[in-house]
Amino acid sequence: MTRGTELRNHQRELYYFRVRLTVAGSVALFLFLLLLARFVYVQVVQHEHYMTLAEQNRISIVPIVPNRGLILDRNGAVLAHNYTAFTLEMTPSKLANLEQAINDLSALIEITPKDRKRFKKLLDESHNFESLPIRTRLNDVEIARFAANRYRFPGVEIKARLFRHYPLGQIASHMVGYIGRINDADLDRLEASDELANYRGSDHIGKAGLEQSYEKELHGTTGFEEVETDAGGRAVRTLSRTPPASGNNLTLHADLKLQQVAEQAFGNFRGALVAIEPKTGGVLAYLSKPGFDTNLFVDGIDPQNWDLLNNSPDKPMVNRAMHGQYPPGSTFKPFMALAGLELNKRTPSYGINDPGFYSLPGTSHRYRDWKAGGHGYVDLHKSLVISCDTYYYGLAVDLGIDNIFNFISHFGFGKKTGIDIEGERTGLLPSTEWKMKRFKQKWYVGDTVSVGIGQGYNLATPLQLAVATATIANSGTQMRPQLVRQIENSKTNVITPRPAETVSVLPIKPENMALVRNALVDVTRPGGTAARASAGAPYAMAGKTGTAQVVGMKQGEKYIESRVAERHRDHALFIAYAPADDPKIAIAVLVENGGHGGSTAAPIARAVFDYYLLGKLPARAVTDAADESEHD
Amino acid sequence: MTVRRIGLFLIRHLDVFLLSVLCATMLLGLFVLYSASAQNFERVLSQFISMLVALALMWAVANVPPQHLMRFAWPTYVAGLLLLVGVALFGEVSHGARRWLHIGVTRIQPSELMKIAVPLMLAWYFEKRERSMKLSDFAVAAVLLLVPVALIAKQPDLGTALLIAASGFYVLFLAGIGWKVIIGLTAVAAALAPVAWSLLHDYQQQRILTLLDPSQDPLGAGYHTIQSTIALGSGGLVGKGWLQGTQAHLDFLPERHTDFIFAVYGEEFGLLGILVLLLLYLLIVARGLYIAANAPSMFGRLVAGSVTLTFGTYAFVNMGMVSGILPVVGVPLPLISFGGTSMVTLLLGFGVLMSVASHPRLVKQ
Repeated sequence: MTRGTELRNHQRELYYFRVRLTVAGSVALFLFLLLLARFVYVQVVQHEHYMTLAEQNRISIVPIVPNRGLILDRNGAVLAHNYTAFTLEMTPSKLANLEQAINDLSALIEITPKDRKRFKKLLDESHNFESLPIRTRLNDVEIARFAANRYRFPGVEIKARLFRHYPLGQIASHMVGYIGRINDADLDRLEASDELANYRGSDHIGKAGLEQSYEKELHGTTGFEEVETDAGGRAVRTLSRTPPASGNNLTLHADLKLQQVAEQAFGNFRGALVAIEPKTGGVLAYLSKPGFDTNLFVDGIDPQNWDLLNNSPDKPMVNRAMHGQYPPGSTFKPFMALAGLELNKRTPSYGINDPGFYSLPGTSHRYRDWKAGGHGYVDLHKSLVISCDTYYYGLAVDLGIDNIFNFISHFGFGKKTGIDIEGERTGLLPSTEWKMKRFKQKWYVGDTVSVGIGQGYNLATPLQLAVATATIANSGTQMRPQLVRQIENSKTNVITPRPAETVSVLPIKPENMALVRNALVDVTRPGGTAARASAGAPYAMAGKTGTAQVVGMKQGEKYIESRVAERHRDHALFIAYAPADDPKIAIAVLVENGGHGGSTAAPIARAVFDYYLLGKLPARAVTDAADESEHD
Repeated sequence: MTVRRIGLFLIRHLDVFLLSVLCATMLLGLFVLYSASAQNFERVLSQFISMLVALALMWAVANVPPQHLMRFAWPTYVAGLLLLVGVALFGEVSHGARRWLHIGVTRIQPSELMKIAVPLMLAWYFEKRERSMKLSDFAVAAVLLLVPVALIAKQPDLGTALLIAASGFYVLFLAGIGWKVIIGLTAVAAALAPVAWSLLHDYQQQRILTLLDPSQDPLGAGYHTIQSTIALGSGGLVGKGWLQGTQAHLDFLPERHTDFIFAVYGEEFGLLGILVLLLLYLLIVARGLYIAANAPSMFGRLVAGSVTLTFGTYAFVNMGMVSGILPVVGVPLPLISFGGTSMVTLLLGFGVLMSVASHPRLVKQ
């Protein structure tokens, strides 16, 4: 090969190479322009879209739970408040092996079998992705120990939470009620009432008592925080904040000390007590014995305590004051007397000769008086003072059941009183219509007889008795019973009193009212059935004792208290108000299986009156000393 | 006088224009890395040291004449091939792939070595056959290329395998392989695509499917692409500002200081910043092609052209992957992503380029 051809080849080679290089360079340039087009599209054309996505990525809305409103008694003593404590919470959906994680945790922090059971129960009731407390109220050492080992436990966190606390636990349990974790039923209700948004972040809701019925006032308005979060969902910094508004504070009519006096006066008895200010309907004391520790419910009650409360023969969870229905017994007589006078079936001077029993005309069946042999001559005044049964058997028959129903229902028997907590029962005031509906049977005159002394079909709640008593104390004007006296707005601090609400004004002739009221005063004077309980009181008391049969007696059988099993003993009742001429407090006391109203129930009322009217604390707790000489 | 002589000695074989653009790009890279590593100064320092080492190696290679470099071609290639076989037999499994080999005190990734060895080997081969190139030469060259590519693809490391295949293909293309052959091979490849698809690993198939529709698996395979596209898009025209990228700093971007660093850059500096980077890359490619066009020898031309085009391919693949038009493959953004190995490999390539540019061909005897 010559040098020339080699050169020519070389030139040609170089030329081809450069052509190819140009092709490759052009392709590279084209691809870069393609990228550029993509960048222009993403960064300029679609910028808004991606900006929105980036913001959504980084910003999340975190609810701030408001402080729940306080519940205070009339003097400002705390019945329910909040405190902050640290809880150890687990998110089950983030944990592969829950059981293992709990075991590992328990090496660091004490987790009792009780805690485990409670957690299991919460788990069964919980929703996906919810974080649940395994331990509450961690101390500083436990917090530090967990913090140092946190990396080992993804899905487990320490959270600062507001806790509800009821400093008095048992004493006001049925009145104040409690809060508990929100369940599916609560969620449905919140959704239906369009309140779900306000419960974002809230774990608890009122379940019973005032906590339940005043939920809207107490809960407050949830605040929100716009938080920048990283990809792991951890908050990095706060962008904006809408503070929460605390719930409103409730002030009650109730006087906590009075409540304590009543609780103490009950001793070991079961029962209920409702005290009402007659002029306003304000509930001064509201007790159902035994109570229970409401604090147990706040974090979800553990199964062991739940069983204990539910299976106890004392039934501490039953709100006896409004849910318990008892025969009113002789406490029904003042209302019967008013019915007789107002419906012109009796005059003050009319009297009967009591042989110790009553028989319907043309029959031989004997409806016995509590006193064998009878009380002799009995007029209306005496019938109340000595609590004559025979008088009221005859009166009931003379009135007829429907007259009794129409008149006495005005006092609130047989219907709800409208008190501001839920769970109230209506009791039972029988009528012909009721019997037909209930038993598909017509009413017999024989049914009417025992209605006259508050037995038979008659049932009333202690709350109803208290309201009816307050109506007599208020000379026939019935006020709606109310627990809450005023509501304090947490934002404005404006206090709004709940106005007293008149339910009805009964058109009872003043002289008839006076006659019955005088008789009720004499009940507490020597010779009356409640004389002993009122002895030495510097104010005048008016009242009526009662006894409600728990077990029916056979014809001719004698009730001997000492022979009857404790649970089959009669319930003791007492209704009263004081001072008699200008009543400041009206009360109904029911002592389950307490025996006689005069000996067991009346002293409890006396203790409450003494404290409320005189500020006197009882010297000793009332004992269950039964007194055979006194009946109802 | 002495200082000037030392200076001259140092830059005698360096292409000052190319060096300036490279250094500018690397400096920019350090700033981006500072932000992308959550202001981790140690990481930036370590990257800076890698750069100095890589620059030193580049200088050394640039000072070796191409004829001498040629001598290293086949020994390097053979050594690389043996190491790849070693990896296949004794390699260490990490993240489900067998890519690393322990040799005494340290461990190496032989596929990195092949990035430089394959173009060198092929260029050397064509230089030897310069006088009488036949079709069979191209066939031999294709075998020399496909053996290491197959070994790397088997690891599996499809991204690296494809990029090495590309660098080899550039040599073949620039050496003058017939257009008919190229078209024919393309047709065969298209016909075999379904077969190749079935040979891919599940995760590789997934990556390609994800590219077609990232939203079908937003928290899994699609997550990287979705988040990096959001980062770019939210950056807009001028960006959110240095250290201000929310996608980057709130951990939404995965691999943000390595393979996805471009998303951080795009988010914080916007389209204008990207234009600057594209310009820098184009300048490097343009300068590389210019050196190739004027190289005095066949070996020089082919190596310079391949190294340059491969560099452009890296940049294109990385930016395409981050902006969601290419599947996610493990390719770093050249000169910017954190990582000493890729920095060294890249600058060794530019060292060869500078050696070609600065050594005139000796007259043949």
